[in-house]
Amino acid sequence: MKRKNKEINSNKKIRHMRASAGAKKQIRSLGGNILVGVILALVGSFLALPLVYAVITALKPIDELFIFPPRFFVRNPTLDNFVDLIDLCANGRVPFTKYLFNSIFISVCYTVLQVLFSSAAAYPLAKIDFPGRALYFKVIVTSLLFTTTVTQLPIYIILSEMELIDSYWAMILPPLGGTMSVFLMKQFMEQIPQAIIEAARIDGCNEFKVFFNIIIPNVKPAWLTLIIFAFQAIWNAQSGILIFREDLRPLPTMIGQIVTGNGIARAGAGSAATVFLMVPPIVLFIFTQSGVMETMASAAIKE
Amino acid sequence: MKRNKAQEYSLASRIKRNWQSYVLLTPYTICFFLFTLLPLVVAVVLSFTYFNMLTPPKFIGWQNYLRMFTDDDIFIKSIKNTLIVAFVTGPASYLLCYIFAWLINDLPKPVRTFTTVVFYAPVLSGQASVIWDYLFSSDSYGFINNVLISFGVISSPIAWSTDTDYAMLVMIIKIFWASLGTGFLSFLAGFKCVDSSLFEAGMIDGIENRLQEAWYITLPSMKPQLVFGAVMQIVTSFTILGSSNAQYATQTLLSHIVDVSNVRYEMGYGCALATVLFLFMYFAKKLIMMLLERVGT
Repeated sequence: MKRKNKEINSNKKIRHMRASAGAKKQIRSLGGNILVGVILALVGSFLALPLVYAVITALKPIDELFIFPPRFFVRNPTLDNFVDLIDLCANGRVPFTKYLFNSIFISVCYTVLQVLFSSAAAYPLAKIDFPGRALYFKVIVTSLLFTTTVTQLPIYIILSEMELIDSYWAMILPPLGGTMSVFLMKQFMEQIPQAIIEAARIDGCNEFKVFFNIIIPNVKPAWLTLIIFAFQAIWNAQSGILIFREDLRPLPTMIGQIVTGNGIARAGAGSAATVFLMVPPIVLFIFTQSGVMETMASAAIKE
Repeated sequence: MKRNKAQEYSLASRIKRNWQSYVLLTPYTICFFLFTLLPLVVAVVLSFTYFNMLTPPKFIGWQNYLRMFTDDDIFIKSIKNTLIVAFVTGPASYLLCYIFAWLINDLPKPVRTFTTVVFYAPVLSGQASVIWDYLFSSDSYGFINNVLISFGVISSPIAWSTDTDYAMLVMIIKIFWASLGTGFLSFLAGFKCVDSSLFEAGMIDGIENRLQEAWYITLPSMKPQLVFGAVMQIVTSFTILGSSNAQYATQTLLSHIVDVSNVRYEMGYGCALATVLFLFMYFAKKLIMMLLERVGT
């Protein structure tokens, strides 16, 4: 009797699952979905709030920027601040487009190199048992924990010895030694089934071929995410003590100089500058996230 | 070439056989050594010196460390603040990152992209945390003050950043806002690497709701990402930059280091502080790793 009941129950379950699963793979309920939607909407507004505020402020004409009592929304949106910003930038000794080029060159160079170097280093760490592997990885993760504030001075001295101060490389090279990227790539690569790699090796690939043809395509979400992290960090980086030649400086430094140097008189241009600097990372982010959103098909291995 | 057992496992032959790995490792290793490892070692060495960046460093042994624990009240206060903030925001942030990545993961694609942009917006905006300063501004121009006054909650503006009671609260809010960063994106990406056939297998085996599914299938499959997220969270939590404002109410360890090294030019002492911070994080990391081992059981 008991066994018959159990069979009936499990049959019911399977039928119910088949019916409700349909195109979806997981189990959902309408109430749960609504709750999730509400939570996401609330939290999303909290997070987006300062961002929205930045955009709104950039659209405010001068008389609304300092109005008392302060208002959140703008009554007469205007593009004056952006026009002001362009005027300010155009009058410098160095044209605006040069700063833009500097920023783009530094950012793209760094992002590409970072993804390449970190993935190349992460693959042996994740999947190959070479002598020294454990020690190497331990050193990397441990140095992740040391703050970079106090290492700025030694880095400056090293760059200075290498005579790289006042060049693009002063900004590109130091973050390339960063440990987070290798760590990220290695963790993702660990999940690649060993069977795929074995199969490739049996087919005659050397490690470089395995790396380019098997590993990289299989951790696409990882290096897309890495692109975002890398680009965003370098795009907003100030050149500080590393570059003194004005025509090699990146965009954030230039905007910072113009806006903060002029204080409150340029508050409008300042907001416009903040918004302007936000745009490239956001655009890049949207593109890469669309790439991340595809589920990695695990159909490669049928065991 | 015939190799006997001993030769096959000898260090020299293993190194030779794995030459491709070493080639792959080389570009990164050079950068890592020059710009991360070497400066780190130099900083630790400097921690045993007195160095004001104008005169050459002078070796003073353990004095910096002694001074830290016996003579520096601000250090004690900054440790207290850092620990409070780290323990309040750290685990909560980590959990929130995971929960939101988990919830967002199942939305249809265009909604997902939009939601991800919104959730990652704080980090994307770079400088926009100054917006919080503006909103929480201490005089009646501050937006929050204004709203509270017009609703009759308070009668005069609260000095958010200088009043010691409120300063920590404001900092914690800012940190929560900025916390859906590295971990969030890597969890999102990590979900995409989970083997989908495991879910179907789980359904047949009797898993009934999303919570069970998460604990038994998703979490164990994502262990590498969980480890990564945890380490990044530790780094973020312990290196929160407070501000050296009124009575050091929001001084954190990092802002103390910045204060000492960049403002007061006591590089040697700053390096000693950084080394102590490093040790803190090292032990925190060991602790967290032990906890993470037990996920999914």
